[in-house]
Amino acid sequence: MTATPAPKEASKATRQRPGSDPTEDAQPIMRRVKTKLTSKWATAAAIVIAVVWSVPTFGLFVTSFRPAAKQVGPRSNGWWNAFVDWDFTFKNYTDVLTPAGSQSANLSQYFVNSIAIVIPVTIFVLVLASMAAYVFAWGKFKGRDALFIFVFALQIIPLQMALIPLLQFFTQTLHLPAGSYAQLWIAHTMFGLPLGIFLLHNFISEIPGEVIEAARVDGAGHSTIFWRIILPLSVPALASLAIFQFLWVWNDLLVALVFSGGTADVAPITQRLAEISGTRGARDYLNPAAAFVSIIIPLLVFFGLQRYFVRGLLSGGLKG
Amino acid sequence: MEFIGGKLLQVVIALAIFAAVIGIIMLVVDRAPKSVKDRVTVAGFLAPAAILMLVGLVYPAIRTSTLAFTDASGNGNGFDNFVWMFTQPEALTTLRNTVIWTVLVPLLSTSFGLAYAVFIDKARGEKVLKSLVFMPMAISFVGAGIIWKLVYDYRGPGIEQTGVLNFFRDALGMDPKQFLLDAPENTFFLIIVMVWIQTGFAMVILSAAIKGVPVELVEAARLDGANAWQQFRNVTIPGIRGALVVVLTTITIATLKVFDIVRTMTAGNYDTSVVANEMYTQAFRAGEPGRGAALALVLFLMVLPIVVYNARVLRKQREIH
Repeated sequence: MTATPAPKEASKATRQRPGSDPTEDAQPIMRRVKTKLTSKWATAAAIVIAVVWSVPTFGLFVTSFRPAAKQVGPRSNGWWNAFVDWDFTFKNYTDVLTPAGSQSANLSQYFVNSIAIVIPVTIFVLVLASMAAYVFAWGKFKGRDALFIFVFALQIIPLQMALIPLLQFFTQTLHLPAGSYAQLWIAHTMFGLPLGIFLLHNFISEIPGEVIEAARVDGAGHSTIFWRIILPLSVPALASLAIFQFLWVWNDLLVALVFSGGTADVAPITQRLAEISGTRGARDYLNPAAAFVSIIIPLLVFFGLQRYFVRGLLSGGLKG
Repeated sequence: MEFIGGKLLQVVIALAIFAAVIGIIMLVVDRAPKSVKDRVTVAGFLAPAAILMLVGLVYPAIRTSTLAFTDASGNGNGFDNFVWMFTQPEALTTLRNTVIWTVLVPLLSTSFGLAYAVFIDKARGEKVLKSLVFMPMAISFVGAGIIWKLVYDYRGPGIEQTGVLNFFRDALGMDPKQFLLDAPENTFFLIIVMVWIQTGFAMVILSAAIKGVPVELVEAARLDGANAWQQFRNVTIPGIRGALVVVLTTITIATLKVFDIVRTMTAGNYDTSVVANEMYTQAFRAGEPGRGAALALVLFLMVLPIVVYNARVLRKQREIH
C-alpha cells in the first residue's frame, strides 16, 4: 500500500529538477516549511493519542508483576509507584498457572482448552468458507448472486438470536454430550462462516479467469482447480481470515458461556477470567497476571502476523 | 500435565473426521458423471457451509422470532414481551443505553481513527505508532475489562488512589469519583473502553484508504492554494468515502452486539445494561427466554437498515463487475 505513491513522487522530483529556475524552487521550500510546522502539531497529537491508548495495557503489565500487598489491602497503591518503590515478583504468574489448590485460578487447563477450541474452528472455517466462496465466485448456478447477498446478510444476525434454539438443538436433537468441545467447535464454525465466505469471495473472485480456464482446458476438475490453484493463490486472504477467526474465537465469551458448561474440561480462558474477575475477593491481585496470560497468545499472533491481517482485510470488500 | 493428552486426542479425532468428510465430498465431485458434474460440484462445495448456516443461523433466527411471542412457560402471549420492554423503566434504560452506544462508539472511534491516520501519515515511526493503537484489537473484551478497572479504580477520599484517573483527580485537588457506579455517566466510561478497542480497526482501514487517494489530486489542491484543512475536507474525505462507510457500519454492528464489556465491568448493574447483555440475563439467568428473544428480535430490527444498505451497495458492485 505504501509502496505505490512513493515512486511516483520520486519520478516527479527527478523530472522537475533539470530545467527549474531558482525562483520556482523558493516556493516549494516555503511550502515545505509550512507543512513541516503543521505536521509538528499533528505529530504531537498523534503521540498523545498513542500514549493514551497504550497506558492502560502498560499499567496491566506492570501491575501483574507487583506483589499482592502492593495491589490490594490498606498498603496498596497505584501501579506507577512500582518505579519509585522498585518491587517486582513472578509469584502471581506461578500462582495463576499451577493447577494445585482449590482457590487457584488454575489457568493452565483453561489455556489448553482455548487452544483446543481455536485450532479446529479456524481450520473448519477456512476450508468450508473457501469451498463456498469458490462456488460463489466461479460456479455457475441460478440465483447465485441473490444467495450470496443472503449469506452476506447472515453476518449481521446477532449471535444472541441464535443461542437459545441452537442450544436446544444441540442437547435435545443431536444429544451432543455436555462437557465436550463439540458444541463449541460447531457453534463457532457456524458463526464464523458468513464473514469468512464474504472475505474470501472478494479475494477469490479477483483471481484472473484465464488461470482457471487454462486449467480446465488441461482437463482439471473443480476439486483439482480448488486445491491446486485457488487455495495456493488465496494464501494472503486465508492468512488474514485465519488470524481474524483465531482472535475472534480466542477472545469470545458469549458463545463459551452458553455452550461450554463452564468446567475446567472445556471452558476457555476468557470464561475463567470473567469468573475470577467478577468475584471480588482476597485473591484479586491475581487478576492482572491472569489477564496477561490470556492476552499473550493473541498479542503474539497479532504482532507476528499483523501485516497479513491488514492486507487480507483490505483485499476484501473493505476497500469500499 | 496428563489432562493435555485427552484434550489433544479430542482435537485429533475431530480433525480426522473433518478431513474424512471433505475427502468424501471431493471424491464424489470428481467421480460424478459429466452431465451433472457442475451441479454436483456446486452442491458438494456449498452443502457443508449451507447446512451449518441454516442450522446455526437461519433456523435459530426464525425460532427466536416466534419465541419472542411466548411467556416463560412457552405459551403464546402476543406482544406482552414487547410491552414489557417498552414500559418497564429498567428495560427502557437498556434501550436508551443501546442507542447511546450505537451513536457514540462508531462516531468517536471513526473520528479518532481518522485523525490519527492523517496525523501519522508518512510520519517517522509510522508502523510503531500504528501498532500501539491497533493493539487493543487483539485483546479480549474480558481482558479489556480488567485493564480498564485499573484506570477507573476508586477508593474513598483521603486514601491514596490506585486508579489512574482518580490519581489525576487527586492531584488536581478534586474528590475521587466512582466512575463505574455513578449513573448515568458510567455508561460513557464503558463506551470509552469500546472506543479504545475499535479505534485501531478504523485507523488501519482509513490509513490504507488515505494512501490510496491519488497523489496528483492532493498535489493539485495544494497548487490551487488549499490549506491542510481544505485539502483534507475536499480531497481526502471524498477519496475515502467508501472506506468510511464500511468502517462506520462495521463498528455499528459490533457495537449493537456488545456484551462482554458490560458483562465483565458492571454486569449491567447501575443502569449500564444494553440490549445484548439484558438478552443474556433474561434468557439464561432470569428464566425468561421469551423476553430474551424479544430483545434479540429488537436488536435484529435495529441492525436491519444497515444490512439493507450494505446489500444494496454490494448488489451495485456486482452489477459493475
